[in-house]
Amino acid sequence: MSAPVRPPRPAAPPLARRPVPVIFERGAPGRVGYSLPQSDVPDVPLDAIIPAAQRRLRPAALPEVSELDVVRHYTALSHRNYSIDEGFYPLGSCTMKYNPKINEDVARQPGIARLHPYQPEELAQGALQLLWELEHDLAEISGMDRVTFQPAAGAHGEMTALLMIRRYFEDRGERRTTVVVPDSAHGTNPASAAIAGFQVIEVKSDRRGNIDLEALRAVLTPEVAALMLTNPNTLGLFEEQIREVARAVHNVGAQLYLDGANFNAILGITRPGDQGFDVMHFNLHKTFTTPHGGGGPGAGAVGVRAHLVPYLPVPTIERDGQRFVLDYDRPKSIGKVRAFYGNFGNLVRAYTYIRSMGAAGLREAAEMAVLNANYMLRRLRDHYDLPYDRVCKHEFVLSGRRQRDRHHVTTKDMAKRLLDYGFHSPTIYFPLIVEEAIMIEPTETESLQTLDAFIDAMTAIAQEAETNPEIVRSAPHETPVTRLDDVTAARKPILRWRP
Amino acid sequence: MKYIPATPAEREHMLRVTGVRAVDDLFADIPREVRLRGPLDLPPAMSDPELLAHARRLAGRNTDCDQLACFLGAGAYDHFIPSTVPHLALKPEFLTAYTPYQAEIMQGELQAIFEYQSLMCELTAMDVANASMYDGASATGEAASMAADLTKRPRILVSTAVHPEYRQVLRTFTSHLRLTVEDLPAPAGITDPAAAERAMADDVAALIIQSPNFFGCLEHGEALARVAHDRGALLVVAIAEPISLGLVRAPGEYGADIVTGEGQALGNALNFGGPYLGMIATRDAFVRRLPGRLVGRTVDTEGRPGYVLTLQTREQHIRRARATSNICTNESLNALVAAVYLSTLGRAGVQHVAELNARKAHYARGRIAALRGYQLAFAAPTFNEFVVRCPLPPEEINRRLLEHRILGGLPLGRFYPELADCWLVCVTETRTRDEIDRLVGYLETLG
Repeated sequence: MSAPVRPPRPAAPPLARRPVPVIFERGAPGRVGYSLPQSDVPDVPLDAIIPAAQRRLRPAALPEVSELDVVRHYTALSHRNYSIDEGFYPLGSCTMKYNPKINEDVARQPGIARLHPYQPEELAQGALQLLWELEHDLAEISGMDRVTFQPAAGAHGEMTALLMIRRYFEDRGERRTTVVVPDSAHGTNPASAAIAGFQVIEVKSDRRGNIDLEALRAVLTPEVAALMLTNPNTLGLFEEQIREVARAVHNVGAQLYLDGANFNAILGITRPGDQGFDVMHFNLHKTFTTPHGGGGPGAGAVGVRAHLVPYLPVPTIERDGQRFVLDYDRPKSIGKVRAFYGNFGNLVRAYTYIRSMGAAGLREAAEMAVLNANYMLRRLRDHYDLPYDRVCKHEFVLSGRRQRDRHHVTTKDMAKRLLDYGFHSPTIYFPLIVEEAIMIEPTETESLQTLDAFIDAMTAIAQEAETNPEIVRSAPHETPVTRLDDVTAARKPILRWRP
Repeated sequence: MKYIPATPAEREHMLRVTGVRAVDDLFADIPREVRLRGPLDLPPAMSDPELLAHARRLAGRNTDCDQLACFLGAGAYDHFIPSTVPHLALKPEFLTAYTPYQAEIMQGELQAIFEYQSLMCELTAMDVANASMYDGASATGEAASMAADLTKRPRILVSTAVHPEYRQVLRTFTSHLRLTVEDLPAPAGITDPAAAERAMADDVAALIIQSPNFFGCLEHGEALARVAHDRGALLVVAIAEPISLGLVRAPGEYGADIVTGEGQALGNALNFGGPYLGMIATRDAFVRRLPGRLVGRTVDTEGRPGYVLTLQTREQHIRRARATSNICTNESLNALVAAVYLSTLGRAGVQHVAELNARKAHYARGRIAALRGYQLAFAAPTFNEFVVRCPLPPEEINRRLLEHRILGGLPLGRFYPELADCWLVCVTETRTRDEIDRLVGYLETLG
């Protein structure tokens, strides 16, 4: 049950305020923090191994620190960092759910972490079996026929998929030059389309927050290679006319691409393959709990329907009786998008998560992610503008334009004020079609008490915007540093330490 | 379900507040025809003890490099990882953090990445490095489009001594653009500057080399830089084994314009090929064309120093279809690993480990080359890898060595049919003289 409502007081995350000097300014000349053996092979002058003309002119000016200096340094930095293990991250479109500890234990076993990518297949049967099973799991969850794990992240997956689509059309003797994205799309969608050599056409959204079907039909020509759609979209709304959209796209022979960033909302409820998508990427670091690592590594698997299978990157993982093998003999493949087989360590974590959850657990995750979001939406809608008033999926988008227009308090100000209350801020100013957007995604792993505390903080900030706007405008106040000067940072970039 | 905290009573309360009767009502906007009718067909859920046992069984079907003496490199290197790396870089405060968009509560991450950028600059002798790319291969692909954009030229020359998978990725990244990629031969194991000069022209954007190259050989960086620069092209240097930079000439010291590389060797586990660490560094003049995130130093409203993501107008979330790259999520944690690794080894340790690699590999190279039937394929100086021609198919040698728990080198035939009798052997600091002598002894009995 929700606790009795007490007006919350700012309680910033317990981050260290003391500045930390850069590692280069610690230590002393001649100090060391490493332990390595002396050479055990016969001594030879270095010149006989590598001629002086090919050796370094000047040693790299690396730190000269003890092991304890290193430990203190990174421990101090870790105390100045917010994380999921510290608190709530209501970041829309990022699915910052809890990262299970067992995933780490499984991934860090020597039998997983100490495998060389080129060791013989016979010595890596467990790894290949895991990948083969994970491919089948993701194919089942998504309704796709096959999955590649080579992409390192979502955007990398987008590019991989678009190159496959390009090759598919070339194979059919069709020249298609254009990719369509809705105006609510993630920035990576148009960027990936451009990098894959396509022109980008943007289509507007309708008043219910769906892609505008008439506007879409108007741009669908035989030049169009694909529509890239996020579903639920970045407003947190399910594309209600998805079947009509799929039909329209397929009618001109184009491919329907799913940006799977928001897959968490529909696990076990509806499958992209059944909705008519031809190809999709998964963000295993969102939906399938692999940790975000402060910005990466991710893992961006791509699933395809049968007609795109010949174009998958090499190698694929095949089962030959009881044996698992890497198959490079795929003449229509787009080739490789990175070395080796993908971010294997993260694939192991995603596999572990799926095995923990099972089919019922995954569905329950989606249901609770959606219930949590609708609960928060219901409790926050009176305090902020709600541009699209519908049942949401795993996330929803509010607007801070009321606070901006009446009190000259921006969404950025309120996001910064949330830091004082001990929360990470939601995603802000995205999607671009909502003014002063505040995009909130609770995920299923947060408790009712956490949701209520966040709601109370958001309510308190809406109140502050009216009664004490200056404290919001000048926020944050309780954090290790106050607002940073982005303008000077970009105008006169200091991007490295110099001796 | 331990990852879903809501109790039945809490669910009821939330449904009531939300104003719906059942969770199903929240999915009414999904057309009935596309909804699943039954549960997904997945293996049953496992409890934690069952799952750990299952994972141990899977891991047990692998043979890992703790169980073998590894002489395999070729872009992934078995180096010693100091205990500081897992204990610091993998702390949950770093592991479970998101991209540091809210700088005020992410100073730890931002400073760590700023320091990583600085360490990369020192190691490569370049002006500026980004916060990371996916891996060495894709970073090299990005460098090609960066060079084409900077020079407005359509041709890329790449040495065949660049890692074959990097070249495959380079082709995937460019095949659909108006960019042609042409191979430069390396018949003596290194890129021939004279051949490079003949291929060079005013429409070439970049010459891409790797040093130490895929064969372990050191390239003539200065001469190749001159060849590129004389015709206004950029020199791109890929570094697959960054430990080498503790000893060999750094790309910035011989005129590289863009340095890419694979940072796995800097404290990252082998991990069956990933996650690894894409590196990219360049000269100050090109900073606004760099792909990916950059951390810069600035001050807060009180004048205190602090760090932010900067120059973001290059990036996809601002510039969308006109961004320098589509990269968003990168490999920050692997960059942090590299930073802890380089800090721990420090100025002396990086030289020490590089020398150990070079000395041990040199010893092994001499011993194997002295065996009857074996000979060095190339004469050029090498760092920690070298190519030998073998009297038996290298695949066969590897099979026999495995019986003695030795993981042999890479048979080159899979990438270079003309080198089917060649074997790429790697010796890092983790190999002992005893292991090298055992390897040599077994080769002798095979011969």
